[in-house]
Amino acid sequence: MLKLNINGKSHQVDVEPEMPLLWVLRDQLGMTGTKFGCGIAQCGSCTVHLNGEPVRSCSYPVSAAVGQRVVTIEGLSKDGSHPVQMAWKALDVPQCGYCQSGQILAATTLLRKKPKPTDADIDEAMTNICRCGTYQRIRAAIHLAAKTGKGVGSVIHMVSDAGEIIENTTAQA
Amino acid sequence: MNMPTNTRLSRRAFVLSSAAAGTGLALGFHFPAGAQSAGADTPEVNAWVVVQTDETCIIRVARAEMGQGTHTGLAQLVAEELDCDWSRVKVQMVSPGQNLARKRVWRDMSTGGSRGIRGSQDYMRQGGAAARTVLLQAAANQWGVAVSEVTVSKGVITHTATGRKLSYGKVASAAAKLTPPDPKTLVLRDPRQWKLAGKPLKRVDTDLKVMGKQNYAIDTRLPGMVYAAIQASPVFGGKLVSFDASKLRGRKGIQGVYKVDDNAVAVVADNWWRAKMALQDLPIVWNEGANGQESSATIDARLKEGLTATNNVFADIDIGNAPQVIAGAAKRVEAVYSTPFVTHACMEPMNCTALITDYRAEVWVASQNAEASMAALSTASGLPLDKCEVHNHTLGGGFGRRGGTQDFVRQATLLGRQMKGVPVKMVWSREEDMAQDYFRPIGLCKLEAGLDAQGNLLGLQLRVSGQSINAYLSPQNIKDGKDLRQLQGLTAEPSDAQLGYTIPSLRTEYAMRNTHVPVGAWRGVNTNQNGLYLECFMEEVAAAAGRDPLEFRRALMQKHPKHLAVLNAAADKAGWGKPLPAGVHRGIAQFMGYGSYSAAVAEVSVKGDEVKVRRLVLSTNCGHAVNPDQIAAQVEGSVSYAFDTLQSQSSVANGRMVNTNFDSYPIARLRQLPRIETVIAPTFDFWGGVGEPTICVVAPAILNAIFAATGKPMRNLPLKNHGLRIV
Repeated sequence: MLKLNINGKSHQVDVEPEMPLLWVLRDQLGMTGTKFGCGIAQCGSCTVHLNGEPVRSCSYPVSAAVGQRVVTIEGLSKDGSHPVQMAWKALDVPQCGYCQSGQILAATTLLRKKPKPTDADIDEAMTNICRCGTYQRIRAAIHLAAKTGKGVGSVIHMVSDAGEIIENTTAQA
Repeated sequence: MNMPTNTRLSRRAFVLSSAAAGTGLALGFHFPAGAQSAGADTPEVNAWVVVQTDETCIIRVARAEMGQGTHTGLAQLVAEELDCDWSRVKVQMVSPGQNLARKRVWRDMSTGGSRGIRGSQDYMRQGGAAARTVLLQAAANQWGVAVSEVTVSKGVITHTATGRKLSYGKVASAAAKLTPPDPKTLVLRDPRQWKLAGKPLKRVDTDLKVMGKQNYAIDTRLPGMVYAAIQASPVFGGKLVSFDASKLRGRKGIQGVYKVDDNAVAVVADNWWRAKMALQDLPIVWNEGANGQESSATIDARLKEGLTATNNVFADIDIGNAPQVIAGAAKRVEAVYSTPFVTHACMEPMNCTALITDYRAEVWVASQNAEASMAALSTASGLPLDKCEVHNHTLGGGFGRRGGTQDFVRQATLLGRQMKGVPVKMVWSREEDMAQDYFRPIGLCKLEAGLDAQGNLLGLQLRVSGQSINAYLSPQNIKDGKDLRQLQGLTAEPSDAQLGYTIPSLRTEYAMRNTHVPVGAWRGVNTNQNGLYLECFMEEVAAAAGRDPLEFRRALMQKHPKHLAVLNAAADKAGWGKPLPAGVHRGIAQFMGYGSYSAAVAEVSVKGDEVKVRRLVLSTNCGHAVNPDQIAAQVEGSVSYAFDTLQSQSSVANGRMVNTNFDSYPIARLRQLPRIETVIAPTFDFWGGVGEPTICVVAPAILNAIFAATGKPMRNLPLKNHGLRIV
C-alpha cells in the first residue's frame, strides 16, 4: 500500500510503484480532472503540482509522490475562484477545454515564482500543448491574473458592410 | 486466456449499471420520447425550449460542441427570438436515440464542414420564435386579453395597458398545451437589431472547464467498468494473424486479451495503464501484405507520375486555352508545390466506452455526429437502432476526426459484444491515435502561368496530383469519375468555395493518385492544400510580374467583390504598404471555403534558419457574426492548427506511420504564436462557416512573408525541407 497526500487528503492505493501518478489519479481514485494526452511528458495535459512544482503525471511514478503534497485541478479551488481560474473565465480561454487543467496548473506555478511575468517568462514556462490554439488567451489571462496591465482579450476589429471600420474593440475582461 | 468469468457483473450490478446508463449518467439528463424532461418541472414549450418554474430556460441543441462555440452561438440565436433572460439559459444536448424516437425533430446532428450554426440557424431561430409566440399567447389567455396587447423582455411578459406581469416560468405549462404557430407566420428578428445574438457573450461551458469538471467521454465511469488498450495493424490493411496471451499470464489486473476484428487486438484490465503496458508486451503476429513495402518515397513517386500523366486525369475549369496562352507568353512562371500527410491529434485521444447486452447497446463517446456513432453501434452490435443509444459528450477536440469515421465506436462495440453486461472503456494511446488516423491527404501541385510584357496575367493552369478523400471514404460522391472535392476552393461558379480571381485563360486539373494511407477531413480539408498552392504561386507570379502582391491580386478580383472586400479589410488593418521594422517582411493571401471569405496578412522575420512569425491580421466575412468573441477564438485557433502545415509531417516507412507522438510530430507551442488580430466584416446577406474558413490563408500568408524575406519560394513543406524552423 502506498500512502498519498492529494489535495490535502490522505489516500491509500495498492498499485505497482512504477504506475504513473496519472493513472492512479484517474483509474484508481476516479479523479478525472487530470487528463491523459500523450503518455511521454510532451503535452502537459496531465500536469499536477508536487509540492507546488508542476510535474507531468503521465511519466511520474506514483512511488515518487509518496510523502509529497499532490495538488490536482480539483484541489486548486473548490469553486473555480482561484485568481488564475477567474482570469481564464474572464477571457473565455478554453475552447474544447481538455488541456486547460494542465495549462492552469502550469500558470499558477509561473505566477507563484514570478508574480509579474514578462512575455518571455510566459513563453518559457507555458510549454503545454493546446490543440485548439487558445495560446493568445492563455498569455492574456496570465497577464490579467498578474495584473500586469497586459491582460486584455482578443483584438477584434468589427467592420461594417459599408467597408468602414465602425468599431475597434478589444473584448473586455 | 480469454474472458474470465470473475469480471462478469453480477445480475444486481448489471441492473444497477444499466439503470445508471439509462438515466443518462453521462449526459446529466435524459428525457423519453414524450414531452417531459427529467429534472424539469414543466413540459417542454417545444422541442427546443423548456422553461422551468424557477425560470431556468433550457435550450436544446443537436449539434456537437468540440470547442468551436456552437452551443453558445446556437443558444444565443434561440434566446434572441425567445427573448428570455440569458443569465437563466442552460444548454442541453439531445441524443440520437431521442432524435430517432421523435422522428428527428432536432434534425441533423452532424457537426462538420463548419455547418454547426449556419446549417441550423433557420429552424432553431424559428423554434425560439415559436416558443415565444405560445408563451405570449398563454399569458394573454390567462389575462383574457388579446396577444397584441402583451410584450416581452428577458422572459417577463407585460400587459401594456395594465402593467400586469407574468414570467415565462409561470406560463410555460399552459403554453405547452397550445397549438404551435405555423412556421410560415413567424417573423424572425432583423440581425442588425439583434440584442443577444451578434454580441460577444461569454461561453456557456467555461466554468466546468476551468475546474476540471467538464466530463469528457474519456472520463466515463460506470459500475463494474473495465479498461481496454487496443492495437490495430500498424500497416494499414494488415491482418491480425495471432497473439500469445499466455505471455501475460499472472500480470496484475489483466482480465483478458481479445481479437477485436481481423485488424486489431485489445487487452482488458482493471486500469488502463496496466492494459496498455501488457499490450506492449503482447507478442502479436501481423500479416502486413503488400502495403508493408510502401513508404514516403513510393508514395511521392506515384504522385509525381500524376503531375505529367495523361491517364486518370480530368480538367474542371477550362476557360480559354491556358496551355497555348502560357506557352506563347512573354514571361512564364512554373512551380511544383508539395504538402505532406498531417494528423488530427485531438488532445483527447480516440476513445469509446461500450455496454452491450443481448437486448440493448450503448456507447459513451465524443462524436461530431452522434447519429453516425449510433449507426456504427447498431451495425457492430447487431441490434436495431431503437435498441441503441449514444451518450455524446463535449469533445476534447474534433477537427474532422470524429465525424463520419466512427472506427472507435465499432471497435469498442465489437469488444463489448465479447463481454456482455460489462462496460468497457477503450482508450487509444497517443501512438495509436497518430498511427490510425484519417490523415489530411498528401498532394503535389504543378502550376504554370503566362504573363504579357507588361506583367498582366494571361493564363494559369494547375494540376493537383494527390490522394482523394472521397475515394477512401465516400466513393459515391465521385460523379462521372470526377472528384471535384479535391479541387475545393477552385470553383469557377458561385459556391461554398469559389475561386476569387478572373483569369482570361484558366485550366484546373486533378489527377487522383491514391495511397494505402487512410485519409479524411482535417479542419479546412482541401482548402488547406489548394489555398497554399494557389496563393503561394500567386506571390511568385506577382514577383515575376514586378508587381505588389496585393495590387496584383486586386486587379484579378474586380468581379469578386466579397473576396476583394475581405482582402482589403485585412490589408487595411495590417497597414499594407506602410514601413516595417528592419528585417520584418509581409505576406498576404486570400481564399474562400465553407461559405465564408478569408484573407490574411503575416509579418515575419528570418534569421539564419529561424523563422519568427510576429503578427497575423486575419479577416473574415462569414455573413452573420453570431458571437464575435468566439469567431476570434476560431480565427486564433486556426493559426495554431495551420502551423502543422508549416512544421509537421506524418511520414510513412514500411507501410506504417512514423510520427506517432509529439516528440516526432511538432505541435505549435505558445512561444511560436504571433500576435493575432481578427477582422470581422459581416455583410448580413448569407450564412457562412467560422471554424474552418480561416485556416487555409494562414500558411500561405506566412510562407509568402518568408518568400519576401528570403527571396526563395517555400514550395516543399514542411519548412525543414527548406532548412527553416519556426521559433
